[in-house]
Amino acid sequence: MTTTISANPERSRGRETSLQSQRARAAFWFLAPMLVMLFFVAAWPLFRSIMFSFTDAEANDIFTGGSEWVGFDNYLSWRVRDDGSIRWRGVLADADWWNAVWNTIRFAFMSVALETVLGLLVALVLNAEFKGRGLVRAAILIPWAIPTIVSARMWGWMLNDQFGIINDMLLTVGFIDSPIAWTARADTAMIAVLMVDVWKTTPFMALLILAGLQMIPRDMYESAKIDGIHPMKVFFRVTLPLLKPALMVAVIFRVLDALRIFDLIYVLTPQSEATVTMSILSYRELQQFGDYGEGSAQSTLLFLIIALFVLLYIWLGRVDLSGERSK
Amino acid sequence: MNHKMKAAALRVSALAMAAALVAPAASAQGVEVTVVSGAVGAAVANFDALVAPWEERTGNDAVLVPMPASTTDQFGQYRLWLAAQNGDIDLYQTDVIWAPQLAEHFVDLTQVATEAGLIEQNFPSIIESQTVEGKLVAIPIFTDAPALFYRTDLLEKHGREVPTTWAELQETAQFIQDAERAEGNGEMWGFVWQGNAYEGLTCDALEWVKSFGGGQIVEPDGTISINNPQAVQALETAAGWVGTISPEGVLAYQEEESRGVWQTGNAVFMRNWPYAYLLGNGEDSAVAGSFDVAPLPMGEGEGAQSAATLGGWNMAVSRYGDQQEAAIDLALYLGSAEAQKQRALNEGNLPTIQSLYEDAEILEANPYFARWQEVFQTAVPRPSAPTQGDYNEVSTLFFTAVHSVLSGEEEAADALEDLEADLEDVLE
Repeated sequence: MTTTISANPERSRGRETSLQSQRARAAFWFLAPMLVMLFFVAAWPLFRSIMFSFTDAEANDIFTGGSEWVGFDNYLSWRVRDDGSIRWRGVLADADWWNAVWNTIRFAFMSVALETVLGLLVALVLNAEFKGRGLVRAAILIPWAIPTIVSARMWGWMLNDQFGIINDMLLTVGFIDSPIAWTARADTAMIAVLMVDVWKTTPFMALLILAGLQMIPRDMYESAKIDGIHPMKVFFRVTLPLLKPALMVAVIFRVLDALRIFDLIYVLTPQSEATVTMSILSYRELQQFGDYGEGSAQSTLLFLIIALFVLLYIWLGRVDLSGERSK
Repeated sequence: MNHKMKAAALRVSALAMAAALVAPAASAQGVEVTVVSGAVGAAVANFDALVAPWEERTGNDAVLVPMPASTTDQFGQYRLWLAAQNGDIDLYQTDVIWAPQLAEHFVDLTQVATEAGLIEQNFPSIIESQTVEGKLVAIPIFTDAPALFYRTDLLEKHGREVPTTWAELQETAQFIQDAERAEGNGEMWGFVWQGNAYEGLTCDALEWVKSFGGGQIVEPDGTISINNPQAVQALETAAGWVGTISPEGVLAYQEEESRGVWQTGNAVFMRNWPYAYLLGNGEDSAVAGSFDVAPLPMGEGEGAQSAATLGGWNMAVSRYGDQQEAAIDLALYLGSAEAQKQRALNEGNLPTIQSLYEDAEILEANPYFARWQEVFQTAVPRPSAPTQGDYNEVSTLFFTAVHSVLSGEEEAADALEDLEADLEDVLE
């Protein structure tokens, strides 16, 4: 329908605009309930969080009022100690917060990188035709289907230093000579968390990438085959460029997810400084300490950091695309 | 004993919510009192029998709303309800450390508890833990205090005594661990406890600090006392256990993980709560009948003593509840010797009333109770009273600092100096 209108742009411009505005109005009314819903479940809470971050609100007074506007104190302020020294405070001066930021970014980068590479490999295998492919495709999704809390608990026991099966297997094979306290040691806690996250999320990545792979026309591979091109070259010259849009979407999904990681780490290595993330700190501040001011400041910063990453990613993605076009 | 409560019954909650909505017509004259509690299965099942005598006597109804999630989540939920001045819930079952944080929302029970004789019947330290600025915030209904579990068979075999100081414990644990390992028992460890970074570590570490005469983090008058040489020594002592008499993994252990090592027969000593006693003597336990309990060891230096962190649960009456009068009456009943005895017999909960520890019927059902009376003499409260609404933050700062010392990331002296400044920030 749209094609008929846009195909004849010169003819009857007046009728077209009225038709278009009529359509736009209709569309607006259809969208209105959704917009109202979005306002209440997304925009309003976000606005409230940001507002709270400029007050000294406590859990005890958020319903009754009584909290005061404190400007940017939750973000950065200072106090003079009895001995005259100055102590900086607020989220931006909090070493724990920057530790959590660093942990989160490290976790997001490493988990998404591993999951993308492994997911791509799995997707390539699943894209090949072999007997029982449907069954394997279903089976590989099992880790993704298990609720995170359950898999975190499960892995917690598997990684246990005394009765964990992972240590038992490594000992039996002879890779280690004494059991490793995976989740307890500062240097292995992040590895443990990454291991479980990769195990859980690779299937999801594989699925998204597989969908992308199936969009690539088969005849491109056939002509490459006829031309006798090496399979590796086919992969890098045909598969990867054509897969790129799907890959970009998959990666952005995962980065957003990984930056707000909470459940897995909260269950597997609760409050360990080596793995604590921004979401966990903010949860702790809001729910356990009841400090809505500082907790909201942390949530707001988390929101800004995620927004920054998404913008950066989209921007970098575009630069890359235009670079290709100029070739 | 937080983890026990965490196992609360999800499926029952919907049912109870429904019951709470439907029930009002049930008794014509009496009123309905709504009790919210994050209880274990046995507590939910036992509730009706527990309150039956009270219901009969007053003609009122008591309805239990079990909370589905962990104590931490319960706390968050309760605080929101109370902040919103919710009138639906009349009685809250509260953890021993919550009272000061929620004090402003609860009714002062000092007078009614005194009239009922409960103040003098209870252990003074427990009443103290529920008193905020002279106001009794909640009535104790059962209590908890940890002890040192030790293997009678191993001590006897190696000719050792039950240790009364941490130094003796370390020496004995190391000796038996080495001897047992030399005999081919390669998985034997000397001492297991709770080293994970969570509320439980605050309990463990408070005991070490207190037992070395290093105070109780924040004193009852609000002084921040944690940065002192005895506390440093206490933490250094504990850090010395990790990797020697305690597995490195103890830094990730909560109660259940340490019980796992203990109950499979792979530890000489364990620090744990009383619940581990019944389970340790269960049919599937490798240590059944071959262990006993004693007060936790003490440190050295001035003011050294044995110390046990106080746990336990209480009943608090909401200021906003619709049935305040009946709720107060029910709270008094649940804290009475009659109800506490019923709980001790049916749920194995430790009473807060001193005389019940000499009750023949209770001791017959729970022979280990007699030994806990001694443990309660050394009970130390967590600093929830002087820190009030900031307790959770104080506790988190404390266990985080302790955890970094235990894992060797920080020196005890530096960690405690930083902790002191952080605590000043929070409490000023």
